[in-house]
Amino acid sequence: MSKYHVTTTVNGQSVEFLCTPTQALSEVLREELDMIGTKEGCTTGDCGACSVLLDGRLVCACLVLGTEAEGRSIETIEGVAQPHQMHPLQTKFLEHAALQCGVCTPGYIVAAKALLEVNPDPSEEEVRYWLAGNLCRCTGYDKIVRAVLDAAAEMRGAAQ
Amino acid sequence: MQPFEYLAPTTLAEARELLKTPASGETRILAGGTDLIVQMRGGARQPARVLDIKWLPESQRLQLDTDAIYIGAGVPAAVLCEHPELRTEYPGVVEAIELIGSMQVQGRATAVGNLCNASPAADSVPALFAAGAAARVVGAAGERWVPVEDIPTGPGKTSLAADEFVIELKLPRMPARAADAYQRFTPRAEMDIAVVGVGICLSLDNAGLVTAARAAICAVAPTVLLAPEVAEVLVGTRCDAAVLEEAGARASAMGNPLTDKRGTSTFRRHIAGVLTQRVAGVAYQRASQPGVAA
Ligand SMILES: Cc1cc2nc3c(=O)[nH]c(=O)nc-3n(C[C@H](O)[C@H](O)[C@H](O)COP(=O)(O)OP(=O)(O)OC[C@H]3O[C@@H](n4cnc5c(N)ncnc54)[C@H](O)[C@@H]3O)c2cc1C
Ligand code: FES
Ligand code: FES
Repeated sequence: MSKYHVTTTVNGQSVEFLCTPTQALSEVLREELDMIGTKEGCTTGDCGACSVLLDGRLVCACLVLGTEAEGRSIETIEGVAQPHQMHPLQTKFLEHAALQCGVCTPGYIVAAKALLEVNPDPSEEEVRYWLAGNLCRCTGYDKIVRAVLDAAAEMRGAAQ
Repeated sequence: MQPFEYLAPTTLAEARELLKTPASGETRILAGGTDLIVQMRGGARQPARVLDIKWLPESQRLQLDTDAIYIGAGVPAAVLCEHPELRTEYPGVVEAIELIGSMQVQGRATAVGNLCNASPAADSVPALFAAGAAARVVGAAGERWVPVEDIPTGPGKTSLAADEFVIELKLPRMPARAADAYQRFTPRAEMDIAVVGVGICLSLDNAGLVTAARAAICAVAPTVLLAPEVAEVLVGTRCDAAVLEEAGARASAMGNPLTDKRGTSTFRRHIAGVLTQRVAGVAYQRASQPGVAA
């Protein structure tokens, strides 16, 4: 199968890769760029484990072709923490035990971060609706929602 | 996934040329990919070529002109839902588009993709039919405007020729006392497929009488159905209870709904009637209070 040469930006850094037309962005990230933070659960757009931002929009990387990334800007879970400093969402997920196996966690963090960027003070209902595209088979969701609300509160406090 | 050639034309002329060149198999148009990529991965579609229309500048247009509203075939749902004027003018179209999938799906899914995927249960399609939208179809030979209700012909099938695609939609500007609405029934609040969905658009005169109506229903037939028999009951009325009941009864009689895990045929007929009454009521309410999108 012929390969396509793609130049793109991942977490602010210019990146080049070769991919086949059938490789989804999630596969490119994991297999060509060794960025395995982005997970694949279903590859049908249902579970959100592959959540990334594409030009600032929350999308499922399993439903984006690698070739579509040409000239675009991608943000993944690997870009969420600062060196030696976790993002408040990451800290709160740990504090609230909002993960067990952890496969869904990168997707939740990326999706929740996108929510808090447009809505720093979401209600519980707004959090649940925004995260409806992320599935977790372990936690029962409650701890995730509480962690997101707590992180939002902390971030609002820090912003004051 | 079967290997394919990925085409990314940046002008309409280039896209037309590509569509003219013979291929070893089918050419599929790629918009948001939220249907197509799933179908290709599952083997339901095995195109030889995938033509990504999102690099065409026309596909990214979202414009409220004096004569019409233009929605490019590459504009994702999230962008449409963030547009305050579009929501004020077409609350029904926007609430229908907003129902498609999760936030992640909204980041990619397009209204034109929802139309051209030709699912009988496509959420935005009844609202687009009711709005009287038209699709600008571009092909190797030229281009034409087609009423949206002439695009889907059966599950997964459209009237588009192999060398044609939709580049944008056109919605008429909403008259002063007019509004639309869409509702669907689903077992779950989020991330589910419509058991039935109803879209209605109404225009009123100054006395509050309906002067024009369009209605459409999804998931009761192999394609979304335009429902003139429902719309005609509403014209000349104030959508009072007796009128809504008759409109609902007519909606219940439409199509040939399936029995599946989401509901029986009888249940679908019942829901079509209930939703028609509710949606006509909401559209009427909105039309009587112009500028207030609820
Ligand atoms: C998790 C999930 C949940 C979903 N929930 C819903 C839901 O609640 N309601 C609903 O209605 N749908 C839902 N969908 C289906 C899908 O998201 C919608 O149908 C969406 O609008 C498709 O748009 P797209 O731009 O992604 O289309 P694509 O996948 O790019 O294309 C869909 C089809 O239309 C053709 N096509 C696309 N654009 C054009 C064009 N411009 N000209 C000609 N042909 C074209 C393609 O070749 C393909 O056959 C869901 C999908 C997923 C993955
Ligand atoms: S792997 Fe992409 S949504 Fe599940
Ligand atoms: S922690 Fe296991 S799926 Fe969420």
